[in-house]
Amino acid sequence: MSQASGSYYLPEPSKWPIIGSIGMFTMLFGFASSLSDKTPIMGEGDLTMMYIGMAIIIFMLFGWFGQVIRESESGAYNSQVDTSFRMGMMWFIFSEVMFFAAFFGALYYIRTLSVPWLGGADNNLATNTFLYDGFVPSWPLNVMPDAAAGGYSVFKETIGAWGIPALNTALLLTSGVTCTLAHWALKKGNRTGLTFWLFATVVLGFVFVGFQAYEYIHAYSIGLKLSSGVYGSTFFMLTGFHGLHVTIGAIMLTVMMFRSMKGHFTDENHFAFEAAAWYWHFVDVVWLGLFIFVYVL
Amino acid sequence: MSTAHAEHEHHGAPSGLLRWVFTTNHKDIGTLYLWFAFAMLLVGGSFAMVIRLELLQPGMQWVDPNFFNSMTTMHGLIMVFGAIMPAFVGLANWLVPMMIGAPDMALPRMNNWSFWILPFAGTMLLSTMFMEGGGPNFGWTFYAPLSTTYAPASTDFFIFAVHMLGFSSIMGSINIIATIMNMRAPGMTLMKMPLFVWTWLITAFLLIAVMPVLAGAVTMMLTDRNFGTSFFDAAGGGDPVLFQHVFWFFGHPEVYIMILPAFGIVSQIIPTFARKRLFGYSSMVYATASIAFLSFIVWAHHMFTVGMPVAGELFFLYATVLIAVPTGVKVFNWVATMWQGSMTFELPMKWALAFVILFTIGGFSGLMLGIAPVDFQYHDTYFVVAHFHYVLVTGALFSIIAAVYYWLPKWTGHMYSESLGNWHFWTSIVFVNITFFPQHFLGLAGMPRRIPDYNAAFADFNFMSSIGAFGFGLAQLLFLALVIKCIKGGEKATDQVWEGAEGLEWEIPSPAPYHTFAEAPEVK
Repeated sequence: MSQASGSYYLPEPSKWPIIGSIGMFTMLFGFASSLSDKTPIMGEGDLTMMYIGMAIIIFMLFGWFGQVIRESESGAYNSQVDTSFRMGMMWFIFSEVMFFAAFFGALYYIRTLSVPWLGGADNNLATNTFLYDGFVPSWPLNVMPDAAAGGYSVFKETIGAWGIPALNTALLLTSGVTCTLAHWALKKGNRTGLTFWLFATVVLGFVFVGFQAYEYIHAYSIGLKLSSGVYGSTFFMLTGFHGLHVTIGAIMLTVMMFRSMKGHFTDENHFAFEAAAWYWHFVDVVWLGLFIFVYVL
Repeated sequence: MSTAHAEHEHHGAPSGLLRWVFTTNHKDIGTLYLWFAFAMLLVGGSFAMVIRLELLQPGMQWVDPNFFNSMTTMHGLIMVFGAIMPAFVGLANWLVPMMIGAPDMALPRMNNWSFWILPFAGTMLLSTMFMEGGGPNFGWTFYAPLSTTYAPASTDFFIFAVHMLGFSSIMGSINIIATIMNMRAPGMTLMKMPLFVWTWLITAFLLIAVMPVLAGAVTMMLTDRNFGTSFFDAAGGGDPVLFQHVFWFFGHPEVYIMILPAFGIVSQIIPTFARKRLFGYSSMVYATASIAFLSFIVWAHHMFTVGMPVAGELFFLYATVLIAVPTGVKVFNWVATMWQGSMTFELPMKWALAFVILFTIGGFSGLMLGIAPVDFQYHDTYFVVAHFHYVLVTGALFSIIAAVYYWLPKWTGHMYSESLGNWHFWTSIVFVNITFFPQHFLGLAGMPRRIPDYNAAFADFNFMSSIGAFGFGLAQLLFLALVIKCIKGGEKATDQVWEGAEGLEWEIPSPAPYHTFAEAPEVK
């Protein structure tokens, strides 16, 4: 314990946060810089600086989490520290919920209000007549209000709910079960069970991501693109951010699997595993919302 | 206490520049936040000076219109995200652990990161000013399509700066909630917490709830600008008004994020100098929670003129004016606390009183703006500018200044210079009203906001406003001088500092030792 007295672990000064800030700045400045020729440093499409920033962030994550794991394994954290971590993760997940809420909210607004309004619903006849005369609203929206403007990718069909998405739903729900089985094994002190069920969860997670990638390729081949008007926008941004979160969650669980193999965690003390499991269930619940509101309805 | 204190001597503050970069100490990080906020106050303030210089007289005088627009934009962004919010987080860092008897923040390393993202985000934001096409020029509310179709190339840097600022705020808020919920000394029950702690708990919840929504809004902007999406483009089935909804779903809680901690500060200061306990403590807590709840269901009152169903206008009108009830409870309680108190008027009290009076003016003009039919006249005029500067300058900023005067002796161990402080207070109070009060009249007479030139009929009030702004800006240099002088020396402060002060932070030595409450105090 680094401080003289008291039982709450107070860490020594740390270099990791500033490294994280430098990495974040480099990554985001590099990305913004690559988006246009009018911006400094990187030419359009040149992502070198962004990749350097990402490398710095990955370095920081290994260093920072590594330090936390060493401190945890050395028994430096008491139950009060554990509670702080739990609260931290809970509120972080809440912030993620609100991030998705912004995109879900946009989807509901567009589907139930703004697209019908563009077609003249309620008292918006003038909007329709003067802006986009003859526009007939529909969902999925495939004939754009400004059909003449061009630039919008027209799709032949949308991704049906009962093919890959339904399969993916089953995969993710199953992975939620295997994740809980892993937790039960851990609490019973069954190390092999923990590793096995974690492995199963991670495999299911990555298979999900693989199917999503396959579905995206298919979508692009039938013309459903990010640039397919607002349907493509909401479809890809919602499922895309979800897929990103599945990937992050699967990486977290992979780390837990390796830690399990190294003999980390006890049946009482395994917050890192629980945090990853919470995150996984959160990702699961978001998917159910997506499945219903993006695919089925 | 003294033996515990001696034990800490060899764990005092490390020296050198890297102390500040690597620190995990809540007091160091609080200090960093406060200095960063002050630096940003000067940067944002200098932009305001450019704006007022251009508006000193009708006609185009000094800057071109695009640069003027980017000045109003950057002024707003820097003041909101760079000055006011970090200043409150800095105060929370310094005070919350001391007030609840905690040894530090719950997650000290993450605390460091929350701060050290800010200078990088600020650099990213300010760097846009030097890029081809200039900096963001669409107002701090960055409405689409001004910020998408018609914006300069530098806007993508602005977007990522907002992402970083949001990330910092979310982590800082998680830390504050975990600290308050998990680190309180034995006996410090929720309903015994100082109000500053209560208001920050609720503010942190608001931040975690809405900063991600802002991140969503700027992400949609990013993809609309660069990757062909149509969220805010009606031609592709989207809607620019959607941007306003998403933005203000963040934006309205955001304005309460900037005022709830101010309520907390004032609720700490007034009882001290009235030498009475705060009147209606529990009603203050419930009022704060009510305001926070209502803040989520009033956002479209910023958009009354954009075209909404009448039912929507009415809902947002009624929900908005409802906020006057819990706010009225607060103002009533402050006044009732002073009623028959043994009042003295040290500088923190002067600022707090100025807050109560001038913030209330801003509140009333807000009430006027909240009434949809009359808002059709006020919308996007200088009346709005006057309103939000009364709540943000004489509200939020004044409370921050009051807090600095109140706790500065605890931080530095010295009393500040009373005469310099009086100069600062009186010049500020006179000039701030000269600056912003005439803007009500300009707005009512129809002068639109965010324009570099105006009808000659508005000349006199604009001249007054500009003179006031220059004076108010210069007056803040007195504040800087006072703080530096107080750090360097001055009359030794006692532990309690103020005769009527109550709370754990007044029971530890002045200046507060580097580590406090390693052993949790018992709160009765």
